[in-house]
Amino acid sequence: MSSSFTDRLLGRVRLGGVLALAAPVLAVVFAGVVTSIILLLNGNQPFQTLGLLLDFSATPSIQVLILNTATTYYISALAVAIGFRMNLFNIGVDGQYRLAVLVAAAVGGAVTLPGPLHVGVIMLVAVLVGGLWASIAAVLKTARGVSEVISTIMLNAIATGFGAWLLTPGRLAVLNGNNVGTKPIGPSGHFPGIALVSGTQAKVFGMIIVAAVLGVAYHVVLNRTRFGFDLRATGRSETAAVASGINVKKMVLYTMILSGAVAGLVGLPQLLGASYSYSLDFPAGLGFTGIAIALMGRNNPIGIAVGALLWSFLDNSNDILDFNGIPKEIVIIMQGTIVLSVIIAYELVHRYRAVAEQRRVSRQLSTAAPTEPQGAAV
Amino acid sequence: MEEAAISTSTSSAPATEPAVELEGITKRFPGVVANRDIRLTVLRGHVHAIVGENGAGKSTLMKILYGMQRPDEGVIRVNGSPVSFRTPGDAIAAGIGMVHQHFMLADNLTVLENIILGSEPRKGGIGIDFAAARRKIKEISDAYGLGVSPDVLVEDLGVGARQRVEILKVLYRGARILILDEPTAVLVPQEVDELFDNLRGLVREGLTIIFISHKLDEVLRVADAITVIRRGTTVASVDPGDVTARRLAELMVGSELPSPETRESTVTDQVALAVRGLTVRAGDGRAVVEDVSFDIRKGEVLGIAGVEGNGQAELVEAIMGMRPAEGTITLDGADISAWATLRRREGGIGYIPEDRHRHGLLLGAPLWENRILGHQTRRPNVKGPWIDRAGARADTERIVREYDVRTPGIDVDAMALSGGNQQKLIVGREMSSEPVVLIASHPTRGVDVGAQAAIWDHLRAARARGLAVLLISADLDELIGLSDSLKVILRGRMVADVDPATVTPEQLGSAMTGATAEPADQLPAASDGPERLGSAAAEAGEEA
Repeated sequence: MSSSFTDRLLGRVRLGGVLALAAPVLAVVFAGVVTSIILLLNGNQPFQTLGLLLDFSATPSIQVLILNTATTYYISALAVAIGFRMNLFNIGVDGQYRLAVLVAAAVGGAVTLPGPLHVGVIMLVAVLVGGLWASIAAVLKTARGVSEVISTIMLNAIATGFGAWLLTPGRLAVLNGNNVGTKPIGPSGHFPGIALVSGTQAKVFGMIIVAAVLGVAYHVVLNRTRFGFDLRATGRSETAAVASGINVKKMVLYTMILSGAVAGLVGLPQLLGASYSYSLDFPAGLGFTGIAIALMGRNNPIGIAVGALLWSFLDNSNDILDFNGIPKEIVIIMQGTIVLSVIIAYELVHRYRAVAEQRRVSRQLSTAAPTEPQGAAV
Repeated sequence: MEEAAISTSTSSAPATEPAVELEGITKRFPGVVANRDIRLTVLRGHVHAIVGENGAGKSTLMKILYGMQRPDEGVIRVNGSPVSFRTPGDAIAAGIGMVHQHFMLADNLTVLENIILGSEPRKGGIGIDFAAARRKIKEISDAYGLGVSPDVLVEDLGVGARQRVEILKVLYRGARILILDEPTAVLVPQEVDELFDNLRGLVREGLTIIFISHKLDEVLRVADAITVIRRGTTVASVDPGDVTARRLAELMVGSELPSPETRESTVTDQVALAVRGLTVRAGDGRAVVEDVSFDIRKGEVLGIAGVEGNGQAELVEAIMGMRPAEGTITLDGADISAWATLRRREGGIGYIPEDRHRHGLLLGAPLWENRILGHQTRRPNVKGPWIDRAGARADTERIVREYDVRTPGIDVDAMALSGGNQQKLIVGREMSSEPVVLIASHPTRGVDVGAQAAIWDHLRAARARGLAVLLISADLDELIGLSDSLKVILRGRMVADVDPATVTPEQLGSAMTGATAEPADQLPAASDGPERLGSAAAEAGEEA
């Protein structure tokens, strides 16, 4: 009631106990119902469709694919979530990671260094380029008051053009058959995969460990450090942050750059674990997927992981549907429905909590005297 | 028969018929019961005062009566017939109007435009019939002696006039029952007198006024009947003729009336804060604080009196480093003019902000995180770059205990607390870092009598330990009672020094409006631009 919708939307208001579980369950049920209706309208059996997806995703090679894609999604959503926690809408993760991975791939292809160092240099370059690109939007906002939503969207377009210009033979690219791409990174610059799933030759990206570390770091930095406190305080109330001595402009700058730096890593699982070169067919649009997943995961590192896995599952197991005469585009509807369901479900649960708490208080008041000061409640 | 009563517009209705009856009204919010079994009968043609501590549930009750909240239980009767309001529109249709504590006027529109906004009289279905509106406004203004001229810009009006515009706005919409929420909070004594004259004029014409306040002397002066609310329920209905202010206060809190008196001087000769030639400019280059200089010594409370919007907020923000300013500020001998806000806080300035919701708290965060706010570089809240959860939580427990913050626990979000408890938390927090100087901006605004006394006690105790306090307040009794020396601010300039030991609230009020100051003092200031009266109040829109 007294918290704003945006606060609830971005997970700044917490739910406790059973309710924290009820919301996602409700969301899944709700999304399931809506998707079922759509499937039925198209003359398909919902349970059969879900069965097909699940069966297909049980294949070991698909499982590896799901984990690999989820790794990428996870990093992207974390990058978005960092901004969200401070009310900064970094829509530019997409441009940031594409430019970062392009430059990192070019640098990685140009040098040869001992194993871990080579990988480290590539990662460092990606982080720097991502942060640098994001810093443009940050400086525009702090110096000129330009909304980061507008500037990052435009910087996405600029990144596309700039990237295309860089990715021409004679600049950062070499001709590779029909494909234009950066010079492939030598074996010392590969991030070794992990044979996590048995029954397949395919390996899970080693970067999944980096992603997990990032998730832990995200939680620790935001909740346990002064920087994280300043960031969250600024997100909750900029006026109170100013009065408390937080330099809000500096926080905007740091947070945006941090978000961009993490965004710079988004393309690396693919680059260091599979393609080893940035070419025209490098996955695009991951930044936007990240926004949806960050919303779905409510900026919580575990929630984002679940969201990333679910999204990746739908993306990677849908090929089977076409074989069975079901249009595979149905999963896009599912994904959209899930995001909306999550938002609606959390809103419903928040309202339920308000009513339940009213009842609880009135029960307490009818049985006991009004609450007196209570000093030591932990 | 009841409809007939509504249409008896000018004839004075017998004061025995109830205009509003509330029976068994109960309203619960998460974590708190705002109203419990409220019973209230307001007779037509009365000024009926509702008094109670802040957090006692007055505002909620009025929101229910005005259709902004729906009661969980209970019956509302207007002119004898039960009503159920879903929106303020329903309440307006039933003849109930509300004048909010914070004015809801657009500065850049004229009085007329503000009044008709949202209920414009139409001409031929499209155009606005300004002539009809002007006629009607004139009529109402004359009938009730409000003296409002329709064609001036609201930004050129003083606070009292703005309030009359608000009242007219409500009357224009056909209200016969007016709710006034803390109408005197922003007025100086002279304006209060004028307001009360207006109110008497309104009831003479048969209107009913529900007057919410916690200023008891005012209530006793103007009310025909008084209802006291305590802890969300009506505890007494009294006749102002049979009751003293002291007795009323006891009814409100169930304890003795506190007093802000601090007569024993603890002033030392060490200057804690020195301000020299401080000038703050607004965006357009106009000086909103001009060439202000003063010293505060250790153990001294310096009070700044002034009508709101005369530069107090800007002065405070300049001292806190939240706003660029010219001039020098010296804290304990060190020139801090170039320091950032955080460094000034670390250097020993505590800050109780004027608007605790905007500047003092993270409403959506638990109490213990609010303990860290503004102190995020100091023990016990942090260890190096890390937040010290255990330390911060333990110290929050201490503040809750020592400052009597009434809360179920420290994991409760700040928004769940009543205003007084929020304020006690802020005072506790600012005091716990042992500041050299405390900037206290309206430290007891919107706070109940009990919390007020506690906050005054804490300020006095800290002063005795050598704290220097800059006190800004609209409560003249508080200013006179707590201050060791007083300065009057008018249009951004310090226009008078006043001895709090001898001055009366009336004299201070006159000085604040510039009425008694030497004309030479004001003439140059008057050409600076329009008065900014009330704009701070308009900005501080904490009512949802």
